[in-house]
Amino acid sequence: MEKEMILLVHTSGHAFNIEKALKKRGIQCRLTPIPRKVSSDCGICVRFDPQNLQAVESFVQTLPFEIQGIISEDEA
Amino acid sequence: MMPEMIYLDNAATSWPKPDCVSEAMTDAIRRCGGNPGRGGHRLALAAGELLYEVRERTAEFFGADDPFRVSFTSNITMAVNLVLNGFLNPGDHVLVSPMEHNAVMRPLTAMGISYDILPGDRNGKVLLSEIQRKIRENTRLIIICHESNVSGIVQPIRKIGQIARENNIFLLTDCAQSAGHIPIHINTDNIDFLCFTGHKGLFGPTGTGGVVFGDRVDIGRIRPLVRGGTGSLSESFDQPDFLPDRFESGTQNICGLAGLNAGLKWIEDQGQEKLTQRCRMLMDQLRSGLELVPGIHLYSGEGQVLSITIDGLDNGTAAAELEERWGIMTRIGLHCAPLAHKTLGTFPNGTIRFAVSPFTTQKDIEICTEGCKTLAEESWKKK
Repeated sequence: MEKEMILLVHTSGHAFNIEKALKKRGIQCRLTPIPRKVSSDCGICVRFDPQNLQAVESFVQTLPFEIQGIISEDEA
Repeated sequence: MMPEMIYLDNAATSWPKPDCVSEAMTDAIRRCGGNPGRGGHRLALAAGELLYEVRERTAEFFGADDPFRVSFTSNITMAVNLVLNGFLNPGDHVLVSPMEHNAVMRPLTAMGISYDILPGDRNGKVLLSEIQRKIRENTRLIIICHESNVSGIVQPIRKIGQIARENNIFLLTDCAQSAGHIPIHINTDNIDFLCFTGHKGLFGPTGTGGVVFGDRVDIGRIRPLVRGGTGSLSESFDQPDFLPDRFESGTQNICGLAGLNAGLKWIEDQGQEKLTQRCRMLMDQLRSGLELVPGIHLYSGEGQVLSITIDGLDNGTAAAELEERWGIMTRIGLHCAPLAHKTLGTFPNGTIRFAVSPFTTQKDIEICTEGCKTLAEESWKKK
């Protein structure tokens, strides 16, 4: 299975906001707990297919809030 | 035998709620049983998703573009306290309407913040022409009770907000009564801190409310009222500076907010305008039924609340009689708003208050009118 990309947010509400918006744009994604290596937060992150990286990156630019970043599963 | 129940205490809390509210709350307990923002298992995600949905719906309801500028609190009193404690500093001056509730007056007094009461007409409606001369160099906030919980008088918040903006002052609106009764748009109405409760005109359960922050408010400069766990930045002892976590420490009231979500959706489905028109029609019926009755004094605004006093009759006795003989439930006294009663000249005895909802019927109003008329006649005969 191909490694996923992980979008990290500051607060879980942002993850729900992003999930809803991405799905509306036809970009598949899912919410999962944050890998422990990446963050000590109790929250969640948004996982998506690397082929959608560019679309996700340009979508993120339009958000009214900041995200923590996007990493590949390898980095986690 | 007690007569059938007629609930006219909707200004205290609305009852009944639409069935969808209790159904949504039951569903939340069963299906969204995890802790939102803590953990990523399916029950936590379901709770988080619900929390986001109600945040988005609330933002839309009040015209806010960014759902994260909605901060939920346990009621509007806590919302007002959050803003007053978090925004005001020693030496600041505040202007308040002549109809303010103790949710505003008590924190201001305890904080030692100096304030002036804006001049109003005899119904307590703020005189716009008087605002400018009340503004001092250190005036930082204007606080307006949008719809009075005593008389239903509605304040011209948009115009007051305009004056506030021209003077670089912020506007806090207490929308406890008005939310759900009157369309409110945070930007168009020039509001900076829109405080609301969930359990009155929005048909949610008690234990829900919040603040919507306007675009002008620099969130980083508002001190949180409560600090603690947020599920974010957990490695740090410092409170996050981003929304909604800055003001939402501790587990949120998911069950209550599920009810609020359903209440808001019900209003959308029914059409707020239609609901408001129905309530206005009922209030007109009540007003016109009581205004010409000798011995009854009306304290009435344009909203969904109306107060009366009956000559020679103690309010407590009147309320007990109304319930025992006609099944009518009211609220008497000062309604936690001594300032409003001073303005109306009904301090310290207060008034008998009636407040309708879309579930009130014309028959309810007929019975209420008849009950009040009978009490006024009996009181007059005893003289």
